[in-house]
Amino acid sequence: MEGLKLTNAELMVYIHPSKSGNKLKAICRELSSLLFQYDETFDGVLLAFDVTVKSKGAKILAGLNPYFGVKVEASLLLFNPKPNSLVEGKIVKISPETIHVIVLGFSAAVVTDIDIREEFKYRMRNGEDCFVSSSHKRHVLKVGTMLRLQVESFDEEVMHIAGSLLPANTGCVKWLEKQSEEALHMDRDDHKRRKIA
Amino acid sequence: MHSTGKGISASRSTPNWLKTTALELDVFQSKKYYIDAELRDTACVSDIREALASAKSEDTHKYTELVQILNPQNKSHVDVVAQQETLLKFLSRSVAFLDAAHHEELLIRILGMKIWDHPPNVVYALLELIISLATTRGKYLNCCLEMLIFNLLSQPHILNKKMREAPSWVHSALHKISYLVPPAPSQILYILVKRMPNIYNKGHGLVTYVDASLKLENSSIGKVVGDRILRVIMLRLLDLDVEIERDDIPQDDSTLGLFDMELEVACPVQSLNQNYSKVSELLDKLMVLSFEHLESCQNAGRLDEVFEILFDLFENLILTTCKPKFPQFLLFYACSLDPEDCGVKFASKLLDIFLSSNKDRVTRTNAVDYLASYLSRGKFLHASFVASILKRLVDECADYCRTYNVGASSGHLVFYSGCQAIMYVLCFRMRSILDVPRFQLLLTPLESVLSHKLNPLKECNPYVVSEFLKQAKAGGLFFVSEAFIFGDLPESETSRAFGGFFSFYPCLFKISNSFISPNFIYWSMVKRTHDEDEAFAEVIVYGDTDNDEDYDDDPVLDNDVKRMSITPKQSFMRDTWRLSKMPSRIRPSTSPSQSLLFKCFRNMCFEFSS
Repeated sequence: MEGLKLTNAELMVYIHPSKSGNKLKAICRELSSLLFQYDETFDGVLLAFDVTVKSKGAKILAGLNPYFGVKVEASLLLFNPKPNSLVEGKIVKISPETIHVIVLGFSAAVVTDIDIREEFKYRMRNGEDCFVSSSHKRHVLKVGTMLRLQVESFDEEVMHIAGSLLPANTGCVKWLEKQSEEALHMDRDDHKRRKIA
Repeated sequence: MHSTGKGISASRSTPNWLKTTALELDVFQSKKYYIDAELRDTACVSDIREALASAKSEDTHKYTELVQILNPQNKSHVDVVAQQETLLKFLSRSVAFLDAAHHEELLIRILGMKIWDHPPNVVYALLELIISLATTRGKYLNCCLEMLIFNLLSQPHILNKKMREAPSWVHSALHKISYLVPPAPSQILYILVKRMPNIYNKGHGLVTYVDASLKLENSSIGKVVGDRILRVIMLRLLDLDVEIERDDIPQDDSTLGLFDMELEVACPVQSLNQNYSKVSELLDKLMVLSFEHLESCQNAGRLDEVFEILFDLFENLILTTCKPKFPQFLLFYACSLDPEDCGVKFASKLLDIFLSSNKDRVTRTNAVDYLASYLSRGKFLHASFVASILKRLVDECADYCRTYNVGASSGHLVFYSGCQAIMYVLCFRMRSILDVPRFQLLLTPLESVLSHKLNPLKECNPYVVSEFLKQAKAGGLFFVSEAFIFGDLPESETSRAFGGFFSFYPCLFKISNSFISPNFIYWSMVKRTHDEDEAFAEVIVYGDTDNDEDYDDDPVLDNDVKRMSITPKQSFMRDTWRLSKMPSRIRPSTSPSQSLLFKCFRNMCFEFSS
C-alpha cells in the first residue's frame, strides 16, 4: 500500500496558560485536533503522531493571553495518495456502475464502471452484487473483499479517492498475492530446471 | 408478460410431460422478461449518457430536453411525473458523467428540488440520485448533504398521509451516505450548526430542528458527532431558559406559599406576558422532545452513553455558570429512567466534584446544592443510598472541622454549603432516615459538626435550619440543646451571600411536567417527623413559646414579601406573629406551622435564586 509515510517534524505548540498544569495533555490535544484532516504544511492527512517534549523552557508570547510555546519533536504518520499510486481498501458496496471502497477506515474511494477493465463483468450471485473476472473465474470482487486500486485523483477536502481498476496489477488483494506467489514458484522451478539442464 | 404455459389448464387429461414443459417455458419466459428489462435499462442509461455528453457538443437539444423534464413548473401532470421519476432513476446510474461546468443547469435543478412538493415515487428516485451523487463524486458531497438537511428542516408542519414517511427516507439517505463516506458525519454536523434557527425565531422551525437533530443523534451518525449535537441543543435550551425570569412566575397571592400553589395548580407557569408564553410554550415542546429522546435512547440501550454526555454538558455549561430553571431536568429524567445506574452515577459525580479540592469553591458549592436538591426530590432514590451519600457529606464536614484553617480566605463557604445541603436533605428525608436505626448511626458526627465553633447553624439559610431543627427535635435525631433553638438569629453575610437555590424546584411546564411528576417528591408529600403534632390546636412554631417576646410587635404587616428586599429573618418573624394571631388556612393534611414553612421556603428559593 502506497501513500503512507512516516516523517519527523520539529514543531512549536502554543498552549494557553490555564493548561500549564499538564503540558503533555495540552500538546496532545492540539495535535489531535489536526487528526484525519489534510494539512498543507505536512502535505498529507495526519493519521497518528508521537510526541516528545524537547526543551524544559518555553517561550512566552506577548499579548493579552500569555500563550507559551513548547518545542516538541514529533513523528507523524501521513497519508497522501499521489496519482498512479496503489491503495488498498475494503469494498462496502457494489452496484452495476460503481464499486465503493473504504481505505484505512476514513477515506472513501470509488471506482466507476468506465474505470473498471473489460475483464470484470457485473453479476448477481446468490442475491449478492459482485464483479467477476471473465478470464479468471476465481477472481471475484464482492462486498468485504480487500481491493487494490490505482489512484486517479484525491480530493483533500472530503478525502475522496477516485480510483481505477484498469491496470492489471489491481483487483482482489488475496487473489493477486496468490498469483504472484505462484508466479514466483514457477520462476524458481524454471530456474532449477535450467540449472540442471 | 405471462407465459403461454399458464394458459394450459391442468386437467386430468393433461399428460405430465406437458405440464413439465409448461413449467420450463414459464421459467424461460420470465428469464427473458428479466433480460429484456435489463437491456431496456441499459439502453436508457446509454441514452441519458449520450444526452449528457451532448451538452459539451454544439447540438445541445437532447440535454435541454432533459433539463426541461425537471422544470419546476410542470409538476402535477401524470406523464411529467413519470418522466421525472425515470430520469432521476437513470441519472443515478450515470453520475460519473455529470460535470459541473457543462451540466450546471441540470445540477441546479436537481439540488434545488424540494421533496415536499413532489409525490413519493419521485422523491424516492431523487433521494437515490442524491445518494449516488454524494458518494461517487467527492466534490458534490457537501452540496448534496446541504440539500438533504435543508429539506429535512423545511418540513411542513402538517404532512399528508403519503409523505408521512418522507422524513425517515431523508434520514435513511443521510445514513447511507455516512456509511459509504466516513467524513460525512462531521460535515453533517457543520451544516446542522450553520442552519440552526436564529435565537429570535420562536416558531415551529426550532422544534423541527431539534426533532431532526435528536433523531440524528440516536443513529449511526450520532456515534461520531452525537455529543456535539447535544451540546448545541443544550446551549439553545439555556438561551431560552434565561428569557424566562423567575419573576414571571405569577404570585397572585403573596401570602400563599409556593407549596400551597403546588397543591392547587399542576403547573403554575402561565403568564400575561405575551412574549413569555411563546417562549414557555416553545421550551415546553423542546423539553418534551428531549424527554422522548431519552426514552428512545433507553430503548436503544444507550442511555448510559447519553447520560455521560449530558453530565459533561451539565458540568461545563450549567454547574459553573448560570442557574437555570429547566434544562437540569433532562438529567433528572435520565436518572429516573435508570435509577440503578444513571441515578446513582449522577449523585456520585456531584459528590466527587464537591469533595475534590482541585475545583473552585463556586463549582463545589453549586455541586452540593444540586446534590441536595436531587437527593431530596428524586422519588426513585432509595433511603439507603441517600443515607450513604449523607454519611460521606457528614464525614467530609467533620474532617473539615478537625483540620480547618481559621484564617481561610474563602470563609469556609464550602463547609457551610455542605452543612446546609445535609440539613436540606434531612428536611425531606428525616423520617425515612430515622426509621432505620442503621442510617441514623451513619450520621452521628453530625451533632458535633453542627455545634462546632464555626457555627454552621448561624451561617446557613435560616429556614432550612429551623425546619431541620424542628424535625430533628421531634424525631430525636440527636439531643437538640437550647442553643439550637431558633432565637435571635442575626442575618449573617454568609447566609445571604450564598444561601443556595435548590435547583430542582418544581416549576415546570404543562406537558413536560407529566414526565417529571411521577418521579418527583413535592414538599406536600413529605411526611415530617413532627406531623403527629397536627392534633394540637395551637400553633406550635418552635416547640417553645418563650420566644414570643422576641417577636416584632408591629401589627402592620408588610404583606408583599418582596423577594429581594426583605431580609429572611424579619419576614419570617412577622409572618410567625401574624399566623399565630390570625386564623390560618388549615388544610386537611397540613398544620399551620407547615403553611408558614411553605411560605418561607418559597421566599428562600426566590431570594437566593438571583
